[in-house]
This record gives sequence, structure tokens and C-alpha cells, in this order.
Amino acid sequence: MRNVIPVLTVVAALIALWYIAVVPMNAQWALDQARRAGQELGFAALVTETMAQARPRLPAPHQVAIELWNSTVVEEMTGRRGWWNTGSLSNRSLIYHGWVTLSATLLGFAIGSALGIALAIGIVHNRAMDASVMPWAIASQTIPILAIAPMIIVVLNAVGITGLVPKAIISTYLSFFPVVVGMVKGLRAPDAMQLDLMKTYSASGSQVFAKLRWPSAMPYLFASLKVGIAAALVGAIVAELPTGASAGLGARLLSGSYFGQTLQIWSALFAAAILAASMVALIGLIQRLTLTRMGMAA
Amino acid sequence: MKPSQTTAPVIAAKNLNLTFQTNDGPVHALKDVTLDIGKGEFVSFIGPSGCGKTTFLRVIADLEQPSSGTISVNGMTPDAARKARAYGYVFQAAGLYPWRTIAGNVKLPLEIMGYSKAEQAARVEKVLELVELSGFERKFPWQLSGGMQQRASIARALAFDADILLMDEPFGALDEIVRDRLNEQLLELWARTEKTIGFVTHSIPEAVYLSTRIVVMSPRPGRITDIIDSPLPRQRPLDIRDTPEFIAVAHRVREGLRAGHLDD
Repeated sequence: MRNVIPVLTVVAALIALWYIAVVPMNAQWALDQARRAGQELGFAALVTETMAQARPRLPAPHQVAIELWNSTVVEEMTGRRGWWNTGSLSNRSLIYHGWVTLSATLLGFAIGSALGIALAIGIVHNRAMDASVMPWAIASQTIPILAIAPMIIVVLNAVGITGLVPKAIISTYLSFFPVVVGMVKGLRAPDAMQLDLMKTYSASGSQVFAKLRWPSAMPYLFASLKVGIAAALVGAIVAELPTGASAGLGARLLSGSYFGQTLQIWSALFAAAILAASMVALIGLIQRLTLTRMGMAA
Repeated sequence: MKPSQTTAPVIAAKNLNLTFQTNDGPVHALKDVTLDIGKGEFVSFIGPSGCGKTTFLRVIADLEQPSSGTISVNGMTPDAARKARAYGYVFQAAGLYPWRTIAGNVKLPLEIMGYSKAEQAARVEKVLELVELSGFERKFPWQLSGGMQQRASIARALAFDADILLMDEPFGALDEIVRDRLNEQLLELWARTEKTIGFVTHSIPEAVYLSTRIVVMSPRPGRITDIIDSPLPRQRPLDIRDTPEFIAVAHRVREGLRAGHLDD
């Protein structure tokens, strides 16, 4: 309970700042409207006005919260195309778009983590890979993802691969890197003495890996998985931007900005943030359970 | 106490040299080391840092390769002896795996060597009893004191049937009271198991108290300067350290160490 209070304090401070920023950001439009109607706006009226616009420059927190609620629970439970009425998710709900993005994220994250772990194993065990792979892995991350994402999608489209997989590949592209870096460090964590001990047992390479290197790397693995899954989500969202995808949180962000639907943008942003936070928390939970079972809980 | 002349020595080193190539030029870690260790002996290696005592132990264990000279362990090359699991090695730090329980740590070499599950359990129970850690099977290393961790690491080295126990300053990081207790226990364990023990230490009393033979070494280049046969009986209560015989041996060790340093 004690560590919840500081978090809540910070959240409250941020929301307060946000509310304060809403008034000057949206004041111009409110004043223009009032002038056209030939009215004078008092300060109280101005504040109320800035918090209730349909397409504000900066929506107020409660507007975003209501939009989130409306575009998830309300849309699915009462909407004409909602889950309650049709049995399938509505293409106007964030649950639907969130799932589209999440599925690409999870697929990309799974491939990225597996790739990252495999590369790390190769780097640790093979001198040639040690010398050659890491520079390329680092170089891959210096290319702006926004520049390479459209190319990957266009190229894959040209060979007939569409939908989930191209997005997952961009998620992979972003998420394998932290896993490689973390796992190389983790698999090299055993010190010379522990490796000598294994040698005195005449342990084979695979035994050293299974009994020493892999368990030693566990804390590193979870730390990098947390970074990796957040990066995978960013990758999936970015992958939805350049091709004008019709579904996904990225598509919501893009169409929101085309049509000036700031509420839609902000609610999609928050949906993405909530998604990322829950995935990181889930990995944190698995980490706690695993390390506790291994007697290594931090 | 001397190695018996009728049976072959367990460890036989002849004119062993080892030079490390470092950035500051070659370091002569071992120079013309010749030593036979007989079955059931307890041989201590004592000397200042850099005298090659640990290096010699590591050569026996096939963790370092000599530059020249010959060495045999159980009549084999160190490499073959290591693969035949001829020795258990105890490092300066206990080096228990934090993710394994005490029983799990002792079981580690047994798993690697492919013992059956039942055999593993039986041996873990036996060696933990030997180092007086029965009842701690399910504890994790961090739940034990430093001395208990080191005893667990000795149990781990004893778990498989190696006749030779190589110990590299196993009690160096422990306080004197714990060290005394562990020394006593080690002697009991040696008497019960009849292993051949090679023991590296910095401590003169420890070396004299434990050993049947004390090998005094000196640095730059690392070499043997004196080999002392202990006149002490095999049964050694802690207060044997107040007897004139003990003090005489300790004195000779100290003189040997001093002589080695005068060469600098």
C-alpha cells in the first residue's frame, strides 16, 4: 500500500497539469465561437467551454476517459455492430483495434524473443558469430523504424504476404534487440570459477548451458523481455501507419489525425499505453513467480 | 606418513614448468616443480601470493596446461584423469548455484555424471551427513552462513567417488573460529574417507594442523623451497597446536617462507 501513494500523487499531479493546459489550448476556438454568436464569455464559462468541445486541440482527461469507455464497453455492449448484438467485435471499438494490434505484437514478440535468444546463444558459443552478429544487430537499430517499416510492408505485400505477418515482422525487428543484448550478458554472467567447476566435472557444452548459463541468464531474460514487449507494441503500431491499414491502434491514430478527431487519437494512445503496461506487468508477474521458484527473488 | 615406496604415487610431477604470457611479458608461475603425492596423504601448499600454489593445484586438475615437464594423476594424464572424474575440486568461494537448494547443489555433479535418481538421493544424504549439514537439504545457499556454504561445496566435491580432493584456500574467506571448526571437521572427514588431499592455504597454523606433508613455495619464479614431513600423529585434537612438535614445524615453515622472500 505504501508504494501506491507516491504513484497516485504523481498521477494526480499530471492530471492537474493536464487540466490546466486544456484551457489555453482550447480557448481560441471557444472565444471564436462565442464571438460569432455575439456573446461574451466569462472565465468560468470559458473553462467549461474548453472542456466540452467535440474536437478540441487538447481533450480534457475526463473526455478521454469517457471516449475510452464509450469506444470499448459501450460500443461492444450496445453498439449496432457490437459484440452483444452481433457476436463479433465491432470495428468501431478499441477492443477490436487493440486486439488487431495485440495479435501482431504477440506474434512479433514471440518471434523476436526466440530470435534474440537464438542469436545470443550463437554469439556466446561461436567465435565467428560473436565477432560478426553484434555490430549488425546494433546497426539494425540505428535505422529509423519509420523509414524501414513501409519498405518491409510493401516488399512483403508484393510477394503476397499481407495482414498479420508484415506487422509482426516489424515488431520482431524492434523486439529482438533488447533480448539479444540482455541474453548475451546473461549467458556470460557465470564467472570463471563456475565455468572451471563445470570443467572439473567434465561437463559437456550442452550441460554447461542447461545447468549453468541458462539459469544464470534468467534475471537478464526477464528484464529484456519487458523492454522487448514494449518495443514490439511500438513496432506493430508503427507498422499500421504507413499503409493506411484499416484496423489496429495505429490505424485509429492515423485516421484520427486525418479527420482531426483528437479524442480518437488520445483514446487510442491510452489504449496502447494500457496494453503495454499490462503486458509488462504480466511479464513482471511471470518473472516473480519464476525467480521465487528458483530461490532468486529480488 | 611418507608416500609408501611400494605403491605408485597418486600424483607425480616432474620438472614442471609453466609460463603465462601476459601483456607485461612472460610470468614464470611454476619452475622445476617436482613432487610425488602418495595415496591417503594430506599435502598442504603454502606460500605468498604468486608462488604458484594455486597454479600447481590447477595443473593437477587440468585447468592449466604446463609449458614443460610431466605430470600424472592416478597414472594418467591430468586430462584423462579429469575425464575419469578422478578428483573433486573445492574453490576459494563456495560457488553454490543460488537457484539450487543445498541438496540440488550437491546433486549437480551427480546429474552431470549421469547417476540414477535413487543413487543421487542416497549420495546427497550421505555426503551432507558427512559435512554435518543434514536437515539443510531444502534450504537455498543464501539462507546458510559462509562456513555452512563452504561445507556444502565440500559435500559437492565429495558426492562422486573421486579419490583425490583438491582444495584451493577453501577456508580463506572465513573467520578464525569457523575455520578452526572446519579444520577439525576436515580432518575427521579425511580419516573417514581416506582420500588424498591437496590443500592450498595462506595460513601456517592451518597447514601444520592439517597436513601430513607441507610444501613451502616461493614466488618469482614459483617454486618449491622446502618439503616438510609432519611428525604429528594422524589423530589431532585442536590443542595439539600448543605442543612443542607443532610449534617446531610451524617455525620451520615460517623460516622456509622467509628464506623464499630473501631471494627477492
